[in-house]
Amino acid sequence: MNRFLVLLLSVVAGSASAQGVVNVYNWSDYIAEDTIAKFEAETGIKVNYDVFDTNELLEAKLLAGSSGYDVVVPTGNFLERQIQAGVFRQLDKSKLPNLANMDPDIMRIVEQHDPSNAHSVVYMWGTTGFAYNTKAIQERMPDAPVSSWAMIFDPDVVSKFADCGVAILESPTDIIASAKHYLGLDPASESSDDLKQAEELLMGVRKHIRYFHPSQYINDLANGDICLAVGYSGDLLQSRDRAADAKNGIEIEYVIPEEGGVVWFDLMAIPADAPNAEEAHQFINFIMDAQISADITNYVFYANANAASTELVNPEVTSDPGIYPGDDVKAGLFALKAFSPRYDRIMNRTWTRIKTGQ
Amino acid sequence: MRLVAKLKSLQRDWVSWVPTLWLGVFFLIPFLVVLKISLSQATIAMPPYLPLFDWVESALEIRLDFGNYLFLIDDPLYGAAYLESVRIAFVSTVITLLIGYPMAYMIATAREPRRTLLLLLVILPFWTSFLLRVYAWIAILKTNGLLNGLLMSLGLISEPLVFLQTDLAVYIGIAYTYLPFMVLPLYASLSKLDRTLLEASEDLGATPWISFVTVTLPLTIPGVIAGSLLVFVPAIGEFVIPALLGGNDTLMIGKVLWNEFFANRDWPIASAVAIIMLFVIVGPLMWLNRINSKTEEATS
Repeated sequence: MNRFLVLLLSVVAGSASAQGVVNVYNWSDYIAEDTIAKFEAETGIKVNYDVFDTNELLEAKLLAGSSGYDVVVPTGNFLERQIQAGVFRQLDKSKLPNLANMDPDIMRIVEQHDPSNAHSVVYMWGTTGFAYNTKAIQERMPDAPVSSWAMIFDPDVVSKFADCGVAILESPTDIIASAKHYLGLDPASESSDDLKQAEELLMGVRKHIRYFHPSQYINDLANGDICLAVGYSGDLLQSRDRAADAKNGIEIEYVIPEEGGVVWFDLMAIPADAPNAEEAHQFINFIMDAQISADITNYVFYANANAASTELVNPEVTSDPGIYPGDDVKAGLFALKAFSPRYDRIMNRTWTRIKTGQ
Repeated sequence: MRLVAKLKSLQRDWVSWVPTLWLGVFFLIPFLVVLKISLSQATIAMPPYLPLFDWVESALEIRLDFGNYLFLIDDPLYGAAYLESVRIAFVSTVITLLIGYPMAYMIATAREPRRTLLLLLVILPFWTSFLLRVYAWIAILKTNGLLNGLLMSLGLISEPLVFLQTDLAVYIGIAYTYLPFMVLPLYASLSKLDRTLLEASEDLGATPWISFVTVTLPLTIPGVIAGSLLVFVPAIGEFVIPALLGGNDTLMIGKVLWNEFFANRDWPIASAVAIIMLFVIVGPLMWLNRINSKTEEATS
């Protein structure tokens, strides 16, 4: 009995000790295979690693409160609103010496979401563009405008690919902003007129779209079930590499359209009610290590914002314009801002109408 | 003597308290919480709605916002989604019944030990994850999937057909998933069927078909209703199957609720949708319950 009690106490003490744990909630397929193990070996802190695949899911958990997570990774425009709702605590920058590694240009851009970077650090960033099956597109339209949004938004073009399957990312913020940008309208405007025009544009191509989904297109494009997909850069590049690995004769090309497109930043932040804030700081600082950031980028094909890591990233990744775009492409990229709840509702309602016709 | 009677009544009370307590904790309290949120207003905060009760200078202030319900009437989307959900659930239930009844009939008329084996086979799919089984249907129905491959190798079609992301795929998914819930109550009522009644009907010159329609079917109506309810009710609120197998234009109330809760972060509207959904489901339930008790009266 006594021995049992001692054992029980040591278990309880062990789990509550200062060595402790850190509960991380990140996007699926978004970290190198050895990152967690390296962190645990270096600090002795146990990581409970959990994943999500939409910002909405993460946000619902954060807004409900007491999520139990210590580090979460929302996208900029979501983080912006969550800061307003009081979800996050301010970072203690004295505990984050690796902040010196971060690219000052990118940190300045994300200040539009988080003024003076008080609550967050960039994890990875990427673009929302499209990818296509080179052979299938070539067969159907030899002179296809493969570097333009016209591939998606021009009904005369996209209709030619309807038979081999066109998919669009299930994200009204990204797609409606891209449509507005294609029309030469300000993606950040809350004008209902602009929204109406974007809706008409999407309605015009709607019948050529097979489905809207947050991630299904990764597999389908690689397997040849679809031939054109709008999605996140890293996902589409993964699809490209899966097709190459499978040697199934399918060749995928990712494009950041020449008209420009959405750039987004995923940011690490600590919830105000995080049970292990100290360990959370250690985890964030660890990720900002140049080698660790480079390892993640090499594995997930998303660019990091860690200037010190760039020379450690594989040359084939840094030279890939889909991951590290050149300056001329960069100039055409724009970040999304958080909209007012009223506009969000109208936009989501429009999105439902586009998808269902209701 | 009196003490024993008292103890017995106490025991009886206790037995009725368990389900009451269960309903109170797992149904009534969550229902009241949802009702409360549905009368609130959305805001950017944690949690993302305004409190219903507020102490203003030592006075309790209660703010009820019925606007959320009015909003649901105002926008035709919600009515359309409710109707569409009921329609999809109804079609799926009919399909499930048409497949489930012959299955249950076959199992009920089989001999032991075949009968036990067949029953086991009906329950067997529950041993793997529901999500995995729906995913398997994606592999079967997709463009380069098994079904298209089979049809093309048989020479029935030359180009792959689009099955996935259609209403048909949703019907298949629901019928497949909920089939055991239809078969088991049907089996229970078919196996209780008094065989002598069928012999009597035969003696009076009825063909097997006439016997089935005039004797077997009416006597198993309670099983049909129980099975149909077990399929119909969860199918109305089904979210996963239409999300995985359905098309963009498959508009079901589960998806609308998801949108309100996650995309719009409007918990009050989402709660109002849920409350109305409850009434949409309770309506047909009461109606079927009345038919059920009528047939039971008639048969007893």
